Amino acid sequence: MANNIVIDPVTRIEGHLRIEAQVDGGKVTTAFSSGTMFRGMELILQGRDPREAWIWAQRICGVCTTVHAHASVYAVEDALGVEIPPNARLIRNLIAGAQHIQDHVIHFYHLHALDWVDVTGALAADPVKTAALAQSISTWGKSSATYFAGVQARVKKLVDSGQLSLFASGYWGHPAYKLPPEADLMAVAHYLEALEWQRDVIRIHAVLGGKNPHPQTYLVGGMASPVDGNSPNVINWERIGFMAERIKTMREFVTQVYVPDVKAVASFYPEWWELGAGHKNYLSYGGLQGGNRTDQASFGFNRGIIVGGDLSKVVDLDQKKITEAIAHSYYEYAGGDQAALHPWDGETKPKYSGPTPPFDALATDGKYSWLKSPRYDGMPMEVGPLARMLVAYGSGNQAVKGLVDGALTELKLPATALFSTLGRVAARALETVYMLDLMDGWLDELAKNMESGDLRIHDGAKWDPSTWPDTAEGWGFHEAPRGALGHWIKIKDKKIENYQAVVPSTWNAGPRDEKGVTGPYEASLEGTPVAEPERPLELLRTIHSFDPCLACAVHVVDATGKERVRVEVR
Amino acid sequence: MGDSGGLMLSPMSGPGTTRPPEPEDQSENWLMSALADRGISRRRFLGFASAMTALLALPQAMTPQVVKALESKKKPIVVWLEFQDCAGNTESFLRASHPDVADIVLDALSLEYHETIMAGAGAAAEAVLERVRTGTDPYVVIVEGSIPTAENGVYCTIGGKTAISILQEMAANAALVIAVGACAWDGGFPRLGPTGAVGVGEIVGNKPLINLGGCPHNAANTVATLVHYLTFGSAPALDSYNRPLFAYGHLIHDQCERRANFDAGRFVEAWGDEGLRNGWCLYKMGCKGPQATYNCPIVRWNDGTNWPIGAGHGCIACASPNFWARMTPFYDRLPGVKMFGVDVDAQTIGLGAVGFVAAATAVHAGGVIARRARSKPKKATVAPDGTVVASTSEPAAPSDGAGQN
Repeated sequence: MANNIVIDPVTRIEGHLRIEAQVDGGKVTTAFSSGTMFRGMELILQGRDPREAWIWAQRICGVCTTVHAHASVYAVEDALGVEIPPNARLIRNLIAGAQHIQDHVIHFYHLHALDWVDVTGALAADPVKTAALAQSISTWGKSSATYFAGVQARVKKLVDSGQLSLFASGYWGHPAYKLPPEADLMAVAHYLEALEWQRDVIRIHAVLGGKNPHPQTYLVGGMASPVDGNSPNVINWERIGFMAERIKTMREFVTQVYVPDVKAVASFYPEWWELGAGHKNYLSYGGLQGGNRTDQASFGFNRGIIVGGDLSKVVDLDQKKITEAIAHSYYEYAGGDQAALHPWDGETKPKYSGPTPPFDALATDGKYSWLKSPRYDGMPMEVGPLARMLVAYGSGNQAVKGLVDGALTELKLPATALFSTLGRVAARALETVYMLDLMDGWLDELAKNMESGDLRIHDGAKWDPSTWPDTAEGWGFHEAPRGALGHWIKIKDKKIENYQAVVPSTWNAGPRDEKGVTGPYEASLEGTPVAEPERPLELLRTIHSFDPCLACAVHVVDATGKERVRVEVR
Repeated sequence: MGDSGGLMLSPMSGPGTTRPPEPEDQSENWLMSALADRGISRRRFLGFASAMTALLALPQAMTPQVVKALESKKKPIVVWLEFQDCAGNTESFLRASHPDVADIVLDALSLEYHETIMAGAGAAAEAVLERVRTGTDPYVVIVEGSIPTAENGVYCTIGGKTAISILQEMAANAALVIAVGACAWDGGFPRLGPTGAVGVGEIVGNKPLINLGGCPHNAANTVATLVHYLTFGSAPALDSYNRPLFAYGHLIHDQCERRANFDAGRFVEAWGDEGLRNGWCLYKMGCKGPQATYNCPIVRWNDGTNWPIGAGHGCIACASPNFWARMTPFYDRLPGVKMFGVDVDAQTIGLGAVGFVAAATAVHAGGVIARRARSKPKKATVAPDGTVVASTSEPAAPSDGAGQN
C-alpha cells in the first residue's frame, strides 16, 4: 500500500525545508524537496557600492557565516583584477578553516547524531562498559567510568524537573536505532562536550574578524585586521599563540573524539554504506588558495567534476556551463519555464503558485519550491564534503588519497561505498582532518611573514572607485562547509549592476528541472527503506547527511517587478 | 510537561497521506513505551534528556535568591520560532560563553521548540508547539527573523502554515515575546525587499515585548535579559524601542577603546596603514560608532575575545534602528560628527590636530544622540502576567542625517 509522507518542518538544519515522499512496499518510490521561505531584497545590492557587498551577502546565512563574505570579496576582486597580499589570503583561509572545522563537528553531534543515537538507550548504559568502549576506540581523556557515571548523576539531579525540553519529540525507540546503550551514552557525553568545544575554538574568528557569527574584517583588496607582532592592538605574537592553542584544541577533539565516534557509529549501520547515493554526480569549485586567486595548483581543495561515480576521470570545470532552471520553482523567466539560464544572464521574478496556506500537500506536478534547480552542463550535481573528497581523490591529491584509502582499509570497504549516506558522514570527518593540517600551515606562514617584516594586509590600488573600469564582471568561488559556493557580480559605473549567488544547498536541495530530472536530495531518497511511515527516521538520516542549510532563495526585484539583483541562498 | 490541554494541530494530511497520529503527547508516548521497554522510569529520563538542552546560557553569578526561585518552580518554558532568518542569532546564542553554559541552564529553562536543534521533526515537532500553546504553563516566545506579510504570507510557511499565523497563535497566549536580531526587531534587510517583511512588534501588537536588536544579537544581552525576567518577573528597564537600557543605552563611540585616538585626532587614513596597526580611530574609514548605541565595546564577543572595531574594521551600527537603510554606504563617513568645539568636525581633523584637543571642552554631537536615545526610558514595563505592557515603537526615521548620502 502506498503512503505519502510529509516532513515539515525538517528540523536540525538551517532554514525551512519540506520533504514529501511516496512510500510503497516499505521503500521510498519518489520524493520532493521544497524550500518554503523566500527573502527578497529590493534595491539591496544593485546600485550599491561593490566594496560593501560582502557585508550584505554575509547575512545570507548565519550558520555558514563568513563563507558568503569570502566569496563576495573574491568576486569583486576578480572583477577589478585585484590580487590580495599573502597575509590577507592567510587570514581569510584561517577564518574559513576555523568555520569549516567547527561547523562539521557541530553538524555531527548537534544536527545529525540524534538520527543514529537513541538517548533512551543511553539511560540504560552501564558506565563501566561505556568507559571500556570509549577507551577501546580513543585515547581521549574523558573516558573513565566515573566520568560517564557523572554524566548520569548530573542528569539525575535534573530528573525532578519533569520537563523534556528539546528531546520531547524524537523518534526514540524506533526500530532503526541500532547502537548498544553504551555507545548511546558515549555519544551523549560527547554531544555535551562538543557544545563547549565549539564555543571556544571559534574564538579564532573573534581574533581575526572581531566576532562570530558574521566576522567583520573583510575588505575588497585584503583584510582590515592588522598584523604586527610587536603592537598591542592587533594580531601579534600573543594572538598567534592564542590561535595555535585553539587549532591544537581542534585537532585533539577531532582526532580523539569526532573521528572515532563517526567510525563507531558507522560500524553499527553497515547498510547505510549502500543507501542514499543519488545521481553520483559531484562538483567542486575548489579553493582555499595557497597562492594567487586563480592559481589552481595552489588550491587546498581541488576543482573538478565527477560524473556517474566514475572516479577514474575528473572533468575540468567551466563555470560558464552552470545554469538554473525554474520549471518547478516559484519564478518566471521571460523565455518561459523551459529555459535554463547562466547566473550572469539570469532572470528572477518571484511568482508564488503553490497552494493557499494552510495547506496539506504541495502541487508537485507544477511548481513546488522557492529554490531553483542549478545544473552543470544540464546535469544535477551533488556538492559538499563528499564531492570535495571524491574530486580530490580522483585528482590524485596525495593527502586526501591517504586519508580516504586509510579509512576504506580500516572499514574494509570499497571506494564505491562512499556513494552513500554514510559516505557523506565519513567524507565530512576526513576532510576535517585534512583541514587541520592546512590550518597549521597557514598559521605558520602568517607568523613567518610577520617575523620577516611583511605586514601587508591590503592592496589599496583599487580601493578608490575612480580607478575602476566603466564595466566589469567577476566570479567569486569558495568551498563552504556544505559545498560549492559561487557569487557572480557585474559592476557598472562604480555600482553593482547585477549580483547573484548560487549556493551549496541550492545545488543539493533544488527541485526537479525542466526535463523532470530530480535534484540530489530527491534522487538520494529513492529506495530508502521506511519502517514506520509515521516516523520517517530513515529519511532524516539521508537528508541530514547533506547538512542542509536552506534558509532561503532570495531574489531582488525593483518596485516595478523588473529584475534588479538576485541572491540565491541556501 | 504533559499537563496541557493538548489540542493538536489540524492534520496536514491529504487523502492517502500518512502523517504521524497526533494524540496528546504522542511523542512522549513513543518515548515512554521505549523507556518502558528498557525498564526506565519516565521521571528519570526526562531529567536526563534535559541535560542535553544545555544550549541556553545563564550567568553563574545568579544570586542565591535566583537559585531558590528556580528550584521552587517549574522550569519556564521557552519556544524559539524562526521565520525569515539566517539562524545567525541562533548561532550567536550557542556561543554564549560568559556564563558557564550547563549548570544553571539545565535547572532554569526548558527549550521546548527550536527548529535548528530540536530532536523531533515534522508533525512531532508541530505537536510540541501546540501542546505548549494550549497548556496552562506560562511560556516565553523568542522570535528570530522577519515576518513576511505580502500575498497573505506565502513567502514563509512551516508545516503548511504561514509565519504570520504561527506567530499570532503562539504570541496570543505567551507571557512574554522577545525579538532577537535586527530582522525580528524591525524587519532587518528583508524589510527592504518585496515580501512585506516586518518585525515582531508589528504583528503581536500589544503584547509584552522586548527587542534585542543587532545583526546578530549579542547573546550575553539576551541571557542577561532572560535572567532578569526569571529572577524578578519583569523586564529590565527599557527604552522607547523596548530595548534594555543596559545594552542599548549608550553610544559605542562613548565606550570605544579607540576614543582617545579620536579625541587626539589620530585617525586611520588608509587600510593597512600604520595608524591601523596602532589601533587608531576608524571614523574616517566609515565607522558608524558615533551614531550607534550598543554595549559591544564592553561585553565584546565570543567570551570577551574581541569586537569589530577592536579587530580593525569600523562599526556598521547593526543594533541601530533600520540600520541597513540608515547607515549605508558603510564606507562613507558619517556627516556632521563634531570634534571638541561645535564648529570643527572630525573630517577636517588630521594627524596634526592633537594640540587642538587640550583646548576644547564642548560635547560632540554623539552625546546629543545618546541623550535622545535615553529620553524615554521605561522601567520594568513587562511582567509575566502581562499586567504592565510596553508599547511597541516603529523604527524611527533618521533624525540625524546618519549615513545617507
